[in-house]
Amino acid sequence: MKDMIEDRAGATDRPLLTVEGLAKYYGGRIGCEEVSFDLYPGEVMGIVGESGSGKTTLLNCLAGHLAADTGRVLFDRAGQMVDTVTMSEPERRMLGRTDWAFVHQHAHEGLRMNVSAGGNVGERLMGLGARHYGDIRAKAEDWLGRVEIAADRMDDRPTAFSGGMRQRLQIARNLVTGPRLVFMDEPTGGLDVSVQARLLDLLRGLVREMGLSAIIVTHDLAVVRLLADRLMVMKSGHVVETGLTDQVLDDPQHAYTQLLVSSVLQV
Amino acid sequence: MSVEQIAGEYNFAYLDEQTKRMIRRALLKALAIPGYQVPFASREMPMPYGWGTGGVQISAAIMVPEDRFKVIDQGADDTTNAVSIRRFFEKVAQVETTEKTAEATVIQTRHRIPERDLTEGQVLVYQVPIPEPLRFLEPSEVETRKMHALEEYGLMHVKLYEDIARHGEIATAYAYPVKVEGRYVMDPSPIPKFDNPKLEMAGIQLFGAGREQRIYALPPYCEVVSLDFEDYPFTRMRAEHCCDLCGAEDSYLDEVITDDAGGRMFVCSDTDFCGERRAAGHLGPLGVAESAA
Repeated sequence: MKDMIEDRAGATDRPLLTVEGLAKYYGGRIGCEEVSFDLYPGEVMGIVGESGSGKTTLLNCLAGHLAADTGRVLFDRAGQMVDTVTMSEPERRMLGRTDWAFVHQHAHEGLRMNVSAGGNVGERLMGLGARHYGDIRAKAEDWLGRVEIAADRMDDRPTAFSGGMRQRLQIARNLVTGPRLVFMDEPTGGLDVSVQARLLDLLRGLVREMGLSAIIVTHDLAVVRLLADRLMVMKSGHVVETGLTDQVLDDPQHAYTQLLVSSVLQV
Repeated sequence: MSVEQIAGEYNFAYLDEQTKRMIRRALLKALAIPGYQVPFASREMPMPYGWGTGGVQISAAIMVPEDRFKVIDQGADDTTNAVSIRRFFEKVAQVETTEKTAEATVIQTRHRIPERDLTEGQVLVYQVPIPEPLRFLEPSEVETRKMHALEEYGLMHVKLYEDIARHGEIATAYAYPVKVEGRYVMDPSPIPKFDNPKLEMAGIQLFGAGREQRIYALPPYCEVVSLDFEDYPFTRMRAEHCCDLCGAEDSYLDEVITDDAGGRMFVCSDTDFCGERRAAGHLGPLGVAESAA
């Protein structure tokens, strides 16, 4: 495992995403402020913090769903760092369909509920110009298999799916075009623990297998312990602590992080 | 009240001149950007929404006293909608009306393109219920406008994908989406897809949606391509019969139920086309010769 990490780090020393002094204000209130970090290819970063700490605001700013007030978000596109905050909307939307993916907390926000599972997975492909029904279907079937959805459920609508299946379908729909960076907003929120465990297992497998970089927002420390290489702790819109996941969780320095870690119920 | 009295109380063709100018400006813009939906300040018309208020406003805006006006509803000149709109313009514009496609200069239509090819100088005005082809999959107007602006039309194929996944073929039989001049995806109004190839024509085609306040247009000889998949190409669809009255093998047919014991007949939906063929001596299996009728 250690070798693998070194390999990944050695493969490229250029960050995939560089965030510099990002801030978002809601009128006089702070959404998030002075956020800066680098994300390297293949790295998974967790953002934790209590409700209202600015995690989701930060994620939405990074993904271009919200316009940041100050700061830069530089993304490595074909060897060139481009600022996604000032980039034109068509370009940003194109990035959102190709190199980026966004997994919503509530699957119904990220899915088309009145379109079959196969159509949901195929949408990104068709959006990129795929015009061969057989190919689209084969690819959709392959991806549904990878997220453990049976092929005979392919033509069912997500309304007929359980919460866990919907979330897996959302992941398949997002990963089908082979993105390099995935934004996840509470991907396991609202699921029961056994389904959470399977979803995390699946996510970990996919992230490692595809060499994805990911930014995961969650308040569930178990999720970041399992998935994230690095951790960022937020409070009141500010980043209060960063570091390797194990380091932050096992030896928290900031008072809030200590509170957060000690609040987890040990079973 | 006599026709002269009523005419005296209205401006020519019902609408006031300022309104006509506003609509003509929208029409010019629509013709300049084929397939693009131009918003316009649709007026209240003396008929309910859904009865062709968009088409009527366009007809009124482009009509001149020398015009010969024809109205069809599902291809027929003698249905309620067609008859009342024709009477409306006879009353408020005193234009000549006709049922002959060849003689008309302005043809207002609901859900059909006439069988006879239109010539240069003829104008076809469509009554459109829902102008937005992406509406059923994307309810947000803000989002669909953005999709048109950025040419993000993947969603249109999702609709066709769903058709094939559910029915084994592209089951969309009317309002079949088309791409105009390689740019805008357009809803051709609910014409049967049999008519789609005829959208590339010599006449001018104007589309009006009164309730939705949109006007769009196809200039003559505009490139109009029906969307499809490589392995499921666009196909025309037509009942596999000939017209029972005139025997036509190539026209679009209506199925008419004749009794409650399963009896039915197929007839041309374009009544003028069918009538002309019968006058020329063509006879279908159930047809009656002109002289005998």
